Amino acid sequence: MGIDIAFWILAVVGVAAAAAVVLLRDVFHTALALVLCLLTVAGIYITLSADFLAVIQILVYVGGISILVILAIMLTREVQHGSLSNKLRIPAFIVAAVFLGVVIFALLNTPWQISTAPPVEPTTAALAGKLLGDGGFVLAVEIAAALLLAAVLGAIVLVREK
Amino acid sequence: MSVGLEHYLVLSAVLFSIGLFGALTKRNTIVILMCVEIMLNAVNIAMVGFSRFITPTLLTGQVFAIFIMVVAAAEAAVGLAIIISLFRNRESVETTDIDLMKG
Repeated sequence: MGIDIAFWILAVVGVAAAAAVVLLRDVFHTALALVLCLLTVAGIYITLSADFLAVIQILVYVGGISILVILAIMLTREVQHGSLSNKLRIPAFIVAAVFLGVVIFALLNTPWQISTAPPVEPTTAALAGKLLGDGGFVLAVEIAAALLLAAVLGAIVLVREK
Repeated sequence: MSVGLEHYLVLSAVLFSIGLFGALTKRNTIVILMCVEIMLNAVNIAMVGFSRFITPTLLTGQVFAIFIMVVAAAEAAVGLAIIISLFRNRESVETTDIDLMKG
């Protein structure tokens, strides 16, 4: 019951924050709304008993990516211009609405095989086993490390003063 | 009716559609990047929801969500670096001003 109430509160706040990201004019307010949206997603992970993922969400998104975004807004002096829309407002709204309708129709008409087994809690040790253990995703973890290194180097090269 | 898989999937679809609308309509590239982050988060909610309700003991969905986060972090770093470098060259981050490859 408590999970249900938490889900509804988080869902409403999250959707409202996402709408604020799209609708607000001030770019800085947009970034703050994005932070709120990412925080509610972390709460949603907690209601799904994904504790490790919730912490990672706060560390990586709320702590890291949002700082990057706010820094980029400050470096590009776009606060005065505001977050305007282009001429595609109405077609884009139709596309998004049709997409939403089709997806909701499809997922409500699919017979999901819900499992009644209790979720793994806490997930940290189990996730470590999945990522690094036998038959896990070790290769993908190594590739992710190489990807992050390449991304950091690429970012440094791109913003370096000539 | 208690909250089940469908609720999480509908929430994920709604967030994804909001992000899609924003990514298609916004002129400021930083805001477009934020909308892409919202879309990635929506997909993550669906992944974790599937992991929780369909295979609660396997955790594969959560592993995929972790990899999506890694790629999203790399994408944000490189994307924002590109935006800052564009701003240095063209004094703007509006998509209407980034038209070097326009015929």
